[in-house]
Amino acid sequence: MSGLADDPVRAPESYTEDDLLRRLRSGDEQAFDRVVRTWSPSMRRMARGFVSTDASAQECVQDAWLGVIKGLASFEGRSTLRTWAFRILVNIAKTRAVREHRTTPLSSLAAEDETGPTVDPSRFRPRDDPERPGTWTSAGEPRPWETDPETGALSGELRDVVSAAVEALPARQREVVVLRDIQGFGSEEVCEILGLTAQNQRVLLHRGRARVRAALEAYYAGEST
Amino acid sequence: MSHEHGADMACIDLVELVTDYLEDALGPEQRELFEAHMSTCDGCRVYVEQIRETRDRLGRVPPDRAGGLPPVARQELLDAFRAENPH
Repeated sequence: MSGLADDPVRAPESYTEDDLLRRLRSGDEQAFDRVVRTWSPSMRRMARGFVSTDASAQECVQDAWLGVIKGLASFEGRSTLRTWAFRILVNIAKTRAVREHRTTPLSSLAAEDETGPTVDPSRFRPRDDPERPGTWTSAGEPRPWETDPETGALSGELRDVVSAAVEALPARQREVVVLRDIQGFGSEEVCEILGLTAQNQRVLLHRGRARVRAALEAYYAGEST
Repeated sequence: MSHEHGADMACIDLVELVTDYLEDALGPEQRELFEAHMSTCDGCRVYVEQIRETRDRLGRVPPDRAGGLPPVARQELLDAFRAENPH
């Protein structure tokens, strides 16, 4: 590792956007290597959501960087460099996914679960309940997550639960959740990278978060190990 | 327990609006209804808190689990960068 920075995603932002662009255009190899080191892990994870193997994801990242190198001179700066680089990556990964005819279980879920309730409706009273329509039933009401100090949830275990839940998300939800919540991109940046409207982005983010919450709930309830 | 639901938002509808609430994308009236409901409903308060915690836990998943590019690949990119910017 380079030891350049603690935060792997945001490190090159210690250059200002203008400064970074100027450095890259003037052939500053150190600056280039720095953004490659910093953004590539996230890019690789992103690509992995589209293509079928890790090796293929790595090639997508390399191709994206070659696209950045070729495009730098004509880059118009309408978005940030990072947004632009990730958009190139997503386009390359999508094209490659089509070529690979990717039909693994992960992507076959992609078209599903974009409408309908995110919480099991049986946890609520019916909408025509005479007393309290659409409210939590006593069995359905969420319980606070408490860690038993004896058997206690280890943070590493929780991280695995969260990671597995993210991997299992339908592709579009996973893309948004990974960029927004795991990598900390802003909503506008995510809309630009993935070509989504603000509202669509929020819907996908919410559905993804609701599924990950459900996985955590099951874990705390002792339904999974 | 969840009591005192007047002319307010139903729990079943509130749970679909949590991210809009957290992203500050609700209109002023809906926001008011949302917050009024939460102030009287334990279940929804817990639910919103858990979505928040989910978001925060996601933020602690290391983004670089897959790793970056191996040194060989980075060197190839540096060579390509150099070739594009001859000095």
